Amino acid sequence: MAFSALMANKMRSLLTMLGIIIGVGAVIAMVSIGMGVRNNIQQSIASLGSNMLIVMPGAENRTGVRGGAGSKTTLEDEDADAIKAKIGGIDNVSAMVSGSYQVVFGNSNWKTSVQGVSPDYMDIRSLEVESGIFITEHDMVKRNRVAVIGSTVSENLFGGSNPVGQNIRIDNQPFKIIGVLKKKGQSSMGQDQDDVIIVPMTTAQERMLGVNYVHSINVQVSSPDIMDEVQEDIETLLRQRHHIAKGQEDDFNVRNLTSLMETMDSTTAMITMLLGAVAGISLLVGGIGIMNIMMVSVTERTREIGIRKALGATFRNIMMQFLIESVVIGIIGGVIGIFMGCTLSIAVAEFFNFNTVITLLPIAVSFSFAVGTGLFFGIYPARKAAKLDPIEALRYE
Amino acid sequence: MAEEKITIALRGIKKLYRIGDQEVAALGGIDLDIKNGEFTALMGPSGSGKSTLMNILGCLDRPSEGSYRLDGREVANLSDDELARTRNQQIGFVFQNFNLLSRISAVDNVALPLVYAGVKAAERKRRAMEVLEMVGLADRANHQPNELSGGQRQRVAIARALVNNPEIIMADEPTGNLDTKSTAEILDVFTRLHEMGRTVILVTHEPEVAMRANRQLLVRDGLITRDEGRGVVLDVV
Repeated sequence: MAFSALMANKMRSLLTMLGIIIGVGAVIAMVSIGMGVRNNIQQSIASLGSNMLIVMPGAENRTGVRGGAGSKTTLEDEDADAIKAKIGGIDNVSAMVSGSYQVVFGNSNWKTSVQGVSPDYMDIRSLEVESGIFITEHDMVKRNRVAVIGSTVSENLFGGSNPVGQNIRIDNQPFKIIGVLKKKGQSSMGQDQDDVIIVPMTTAQERMLGVNYVHSINVQVSSPDIMDEVQEDIETLLRQRHHIAKGQEDDFNVRNLTSLMETMDSTTAMITMLLGAVAGISLLVGGIGIMNIMMVSVTERTREIGIRKALGATFRNIMMQFLIESVVIGIIGGVIGIFMGCTLSIAVAEFFNFNTVITLLPIAVSFSFAVGTGLFFGIYPARKAAKLDPIEALRYE
Repeated sequence: MAEEKITIALRGIKKLYRIGDQEVAALGGIDLDIKNGEFTALMGPSGSGKSTLMNILGCLDRPSEGSYRLDGREVANLSDDELARTRNQQIGFVFQNFNLLSRISAVDNVALPLVYAGVKAAERKRRAMEVLEMVGLADRANHQPNELSGGQRQRVAIARALVNNPEIIMADEPTGNLDTKSTAEILDVFTRLHEMGRTVILVTHEPEVAMRANRQLLVRDGLITRDEGRGVVLDVV
């Protein structure tokens, strides 16, 4: 019955539904795009390494002129060893030195960042080796001239051929390539994480840079819940080791990537909510559209209501008839809206090369909201219809 | 003649309307008994109050004062839902302008009261077809009202009034919009219903229509002024 009434006014029913369709579709598309942004950010932060603390040397402060963070040379390889040995709740520790070098293979060359690290670094940064192996403890002890290269470096020096086993020259010293890293893509800051060469830290310190300090210490904590405690423990330990008296400024600082992640996460969650709320308003407007049309429909069908009442329809019968009609508009509009919203978010993913995440929650919420608006905004017109006096309704022209 | 059971008993029925601060009585205190199985014609000039009386008899409207007992039950005490059920089960109402729903087929129109009686769809269809056959329109069952002639539409409306098997059939000027031939057809249907033992009440202002009934009532200025048997020609004007 509800269907036949809706079919009788196809154009009008469709336009009424359009409000709901756009509302539901917008909620789903917006939320899925927002969640996609959030996922992207989470992924790129996770690719920096999860649960990571980075210890950097403090700023140089000589005769009042302060250098940037990391300009001091106070951090040592032994600090990394001490952190690993004395502090609980830590999975991996790797000290790191880095420099920028011209790398040569045959007649091609490439300038890239060379990082000296320990074997633990692989787990900390969740690196994977595509072919060959990563640097080993043995390489560290022997200060071997071996290198693991990123895919960007591999492409630029070797084109398509397999680099493993080849010799390249870094800073005019021959290094043997033992492995190629799996592609990681860009970081959230837009850096190419594959444009890198990894060598044993000891090799980099002694054979290339000629230093005995390190540029940073990367620490992977075993659980995100104890990040703050571990950070404090590291600070206490390093103050002790560096003989820093109470009240004196630290000559290092510890950065926490989790807090960065949390900030980003809550920001994107808020953006998602905001987008969803704006879309929700259009759903509300759609609901008001339903009410408007139902009011017109009741007035238009006053005579029909009179006839039905004369034939024995009760208040409840008429009420249900109009309510079902508006709920059906909500349901059909909701279903089409879900379809449109999913299509839109898939299209956005496809054409803008952008991750969108379609989850059940916004679909369920916006659909029940669509049916709910149909119900809520149908009640008033339906009551109005059901309360009509049969005699007066029959007299209505 | 059918048994002497009294189906409708009106005592001092008044219907008052308020126009501005004046009260106008459409019905000025009507006493009326209609026996079970009677064929009654209600006559009167326009504005006499006969339609108001009919609406009250048909439980579409409530009297302002007085007592209306339908089958021994006081109508004034019924709730709106009970009134709706009475209209649905006990009374079949036929209107001057047919009042069919234009969007649905004849058979669906006929089945409409059964929807509100809570009858299942298949049973509705079967019973609707049965009464359509009775009024001779079985072959037009799937036509929409606008594809039917006036006489056919009124027969559909009568079928609709009959479908729930009510004891009383009420018709408010059922032939008012029909030509002579259709009028004769419709009146034959009412005569047949009367012969089947139904109580039939007919509002009309045409003496030749009223002649079909065995009892003729004349309503004038909200009161019943004459109550005659068959054969008397009541001059309305």
